Amino acid sequence: MSELLSVRDLSVDFRLSGSTMHAVKSVSFDIKPGETMALVGESGSGKSVTALSILQLLPYPVADHPGGSIRFKGTELVGADEKTLREVRGDRISMIFQEPMTSLNPLHSIEKQINETLFLHKGLTRSAARKRTLELLRLVGLPEAEKRLAAYPHELSGGQRQRVMIAMALANEPDLLIADEPTTALDVTIQAQILELLKDLQRRFGMALLLITHDLGIVRKMADHVCVMNHGEIVEKGTNAALFAGPKHPYTQRLLAAEPKGNPAPPPANAADVMTARDIKVHFPIKKGLLRRTVDYVRAVDGIDVTVREGHTVGVVGESGSGKTTLGLALLRLHASQGAIRFDGKDIQGWQSAKMRPLRREMQVVFQDPYGSLSPRLSVAQIIGEGLKIHGIGSGKEREAMIAKSLEEVGLDPSSRNRYPHEFSGGQRQRIAIARAMVLKPRFVVLDEPTSALDMSVQAQIVDLLRDLQVRHNLAYLFISHDLKVVRALSNDVLVMKDGKVVESGPTRQIFEAPQQAYTRALIAAALNLVAVKTGDVRM
Amino acid sequence: MATSSATASPLPQDRFLGMKITPITRRRLHNFKANRRGFWSLWIFLILFTLSLFAEFIANDKPLLVRYDGNFYAPVFTVYPETTFGGEFETQADYRDPFVQDLINEKGWMVWPPIRYSYRTINYNLSVPAPAPPSTENWLGTDDQGRDVVARLIYGFRISILFGLTLTILSSIVGIAAGAVQGYFGGTTDLLFQRFIEVWSGLPTLYLLIILASVVEPNFWWLLGLLLLFSWMSLVGVVRAEFLRARNFDYVRAARALGAGDALIMFRHVLPNAMVATLTFMPFILNGSITTLTALDFLGFGLPPGSPSLGELLAQGKANLQAPWLGLTAFFTLAIMLSLLIFIGEAVRDAFDPRKTVGPLPGTGSALKPSARPVAKKAAAE
Repeated sequence: MSELLSVRDLSVDFRLSGSTMHAVKSVSFDIKPGETMALVGESGSGKSVTALSILQLLPYPVADHPGGSIRFKGTELVGADEKTLREVRGDRISMIFQEPMTSLNPLHSIEKQINETLFLHKGLTRSAARKRTLELLRLVGLPEAEKRLAAYPHELSGGQRQRVMIAMALANEPDLLIADEPTTALDVTIQAQILELLKDLQRRFGMALLLITHDLGIVRKMADHVCVMNHGEIVEKGTNAALFAGPKHPYTQRLLAAEPKGNPAPPPANAADVMTARDIKVHFPIKKGLLRRTVDYVRAVDGIDVTVREGHTVGVVGESGSGKTTLGLALLRLHASQGAIRFDGKDIQGWQSAKMRPLRREMQVVFQDPYGSLSPRLSVAQIIGEGLKIHGIGSGKEREAMIAKSLEEVGLDPSSRNRYPHEFSGGQRQRIAIARAMVLKPRFVVLDEPTSALDMSVQAQIVDLLRDLQVRHNLAYLFISHDLKVVRALSNDVLVMKDGKVVESGPTRQIFEAPQQAYTRALIAAALNLVAVKTGDVRM
Repeated sequence: MATSSATASPLPQDRFLGMKITPITRRRLHNFKANRRGFWSLWIFLILFTLSLFAEFIANDKPLLVRYDGNFYAPVFTVYPETTFGGEFETQADYRDPFVQDLINEKGWMVWPPIRYSYRTINYNLSVPAPAPPSTENWLGTDDQGRDVVARLIYGFRISILFGLTLTILSSIVGIAAGAVQGYFGGTTDLLFQRFIEVWSGLPTLYLLIILASVVEPNFWWLLGLLLLFSWMSLVGVVRAEFLRARNFDYVRAARALGAGDALIMFRHVLPNAMVATLTFMPFILNGSITTLTALDFLGFGLPPGSPSLGELLAQGKANLQAPWLGLTAFFTLAIMLSLLIFIGEAVRDAFDPRKTVGPLPGTGSALKPSARPVAKKAAAE
């Protein structure tokens, strides 16, 4: 069979302020009609740049191709004129992007946006385009498609938006669909549905799929051929089965070995309760009418009991919007709530912030986004030392030593303490954030998705670090995550949340091996095996 | 993945004028310098401003130094009666009086500033009725009261800039504080404050000034105070927006989890974000302040009569169209001064623009990642 797309020795350079950055170096691969090719790599490996250069969508002339060719059905795309490219873009080759929130125009209705591609490439009339749009929306499984035609993107959920994006991409029955991290921004159950949809559509239209992802689980399930990218080069390529059975390149081996593994440390016997919360409720009033009367509440957290003991980790899992983060903030008294919160035997619910301050050093938090959680204008030493300063711990010299020690503890070079956050990678920043929490010697730490913004190999390191710190300092963790693999590797007990309520809770092993509730089963199937389970519990 | 950038740890120039600066600051300085027009405007402006600060040594009706009878005298600093130099009156010596000049030159000498007129010195020795056209004695002519235009210009420039700077700094302090409180606490505080500002900004400033002018004699400080009452609102919106945005940042939440108080969080974590917007606005506020004072002087509600001011010069130019040197001088001075400040403002805006990188940064790894995501994050981090 002849190649549909053949990329030969493709290089991409970026010229920025006088220096040249080689983002992609001499990459070659082929895609045959109807097959799925996956480009795998960590952030910064050049996989997205490669995909964008197929459609020549890079910011030229900042970006430049010093060499190489991209031939689509025999037509050269590198350096092709606008007219040729426009005929290919959106018609023969379509693309879907990672962020369904920003890749749809918020000011246009769904119908208008899908119609646009039909007008552009097919020249359909209004009524014909409408019919086709409806057909497409049904095809991608958007519920109540007819009603949704006039809807605007903000009225749809993330998964629905991604379905609309796919419908747009499929409008002209392309020969090649490029999917750039199509499910990264979605919940696990939705992710499984979208992947299944893509596979189904691919079979039906016989189109080729270029899948760009960092998630090896997705690759294993979806791809026929795999290319592993690292630092702008393809370090290994092969068929799915061959690659996963016997990775040859050390980088691939490392990537495959990087999945968070291991089990939580055995908890110490007869450990004391550090944090006990009973019937925690966080309700946001919905106000309506002229007088802004409260008509109803959004029950973000609705009556949750949780107990965290010394040296134990309680994992809180659930999809976005289930109230996990709000629960964590409520326990730390960073968010107003109702219900009893006992920390170390003291009922701290309702304490004034001045009264809370001495306790703050014993309860700490690590946030999800290491880019947002470090003040960009403070040096690392200032960031870590801030808590010490607030609580008046140690003299200047002692503080310096404590900062250095905590940096060492999280695996960073203490001599880097005078640098600024932007000089560090995501994983290093997360280590800084952990050091900021640990330097105060807390007893209770809320970990709010500390690994989900990080690359796979870094995730595993952070999980190991957290486990290590827990054993060393006998810490109590509340570990919030949507990533069940990480939760399994770190938690002793698990709390499954949905819409502010606990669906199921119990020891980790029991939850994972014998889930009682249908929702838990669906969640686990979707997360670990990427299988979409059709139950009423899982939202579309 | 960057090729040209090594790790940027011990940077060659993390000091500027002896102060320790962050890499962000260094990049900003670099961006500022890269805007040549703004950079040169800053220098020209600084030179002019510094010179005008020493106006008494440039344009004065007293000599800088007098040597009389074996002694040195500095009339710029001290008041000497005429009798010191062998005159007849106990009053201050009038050094422009040929009689006094002769007395001094008999037993010594005098060093004069380049312009022998102060802003209120009247040249009685005019060959034509005032306003007199430019001559070798009065380089830009005299105004309709026979006062030297160059001297009035130098003093007027100084008072305009000083007034503008003071008003800008004071209104920025008040504005930032008000915006910070509104944005940080939000909710009812914000609502009430916003409504207050809407009412307050509806008050007619000019009428208040006119009323004031009939009650007291407005001087520099009265005008400053009254204009400050209304000018602080210009920054509130920007600062409030920045605080509203930043108070939900994770690092603010992290600081709260560390036990930091509201004041500390506002000052240390959120204010630096708001300062970017503020500093970008400042040159334009300065311009506005200068123009306001000029306009008031032009209308006659500004500084007390006799004060050197550009607005008053403009008004004279309008009243004496037969003497175009008055209007033209005032116009060009204002135009050049305001343009210089606008150019500086543009360079400041460039300097704080997180997306702008001009030319290679010396000794840093400034290579941005190509994909949209890290760039957006970088922008957010700025």
